[in-house]
Amino acid sequence: MDKTIEKVSVIISKGSLAEIYPGLIMANGARAEGIEANLFFTFFGLDAVNKKRQAHIKLSTVGNPGLHLATWLGSFPGVSSVMTRYMEHTMGAADIPSIPEFIEMIADTGAGLYGCKASVDLFKLTKDDLIDQVEEIITVGEFYEKAAGGQIIFT
Amino acid sequence: MPVKSYAGAQVDVEEDGFFVHPEQWSQDMAPEIARESGVPELTERHWEVVSFMRKEYLASGDSPSVRLLGKASGVPVKELYQLFPKGPAKLAAKIAGIPKPRSCI
Repeated sequence: MDKTIEKVSVIISKGSLAEIYPGLIMANGARAEGIEANLFFTFFGLDAVNKKRQAHIKLSTVGNPGLHLATWLGSFPGVSSVMTRYMEHTMGAADIPSIPEFIEMIADTGAGLYGCKASVDLFKLTKDDLIDQVEEIITVGEFYEKAAGGQIIFT
Repeated sequence: MPVKSYAGAQVDVEEDGFFVHPEQWSQDMAPEIARESGVPELTERHWEVVSFMRKEYLASGDSPSVRLLGKASGVPVKELYQLFPKGPAKLAAKIAGIPKPRSCI
């Protein structure tokens, strides 16, 4: 065998639906290949592991050209919710798990889940605000220690 | 295409060891494929997963993903990774003589 990837550390830094899923898929896919994986949630990405918020992650309907929806329309009250529900429905039909279910599964695969200390402090959160699967709140330095010897993926 | 010998029979495999012709597989080949894949012993729980993979593949034409295994095989995700640390769906598919799963989730 020649070169293989043995470990990845995925950073999830944004809090919209379309920006959380890719990092989750990268981490879950790594574990499925037998690759060690860590997930580090920082800044608005923390919402993905926030007990109160993780089931209410929204699709961004403003400044999202991929949606092919005029920005002025996307900014109307309720449009983001409707589009989010539509997207969730489409993803459900494609058998893609919801964010809470997906994160629970990823934790079960043995991936390490971590929260960013700077973000937790900034948003005045504690570990109790985050789902139990989050192992610890770590600093950026500790993140690099955990990521040592592997690849880092920033999303 | 590489040829391997399991349980005294010649089988065609892909570069990464997955069976090209699932019908060339037989149960007595499984322990040897497992050992090669880093699973030293096939317990009853391993067999539950391997048999489920094969049954699903033969029924649907697709090799199940870890998620489907966790939902439908009777073995939860956490245990799947204890049984097959280097990738449950991937290794169980190899041991079951079926193609590598191609699901992204």
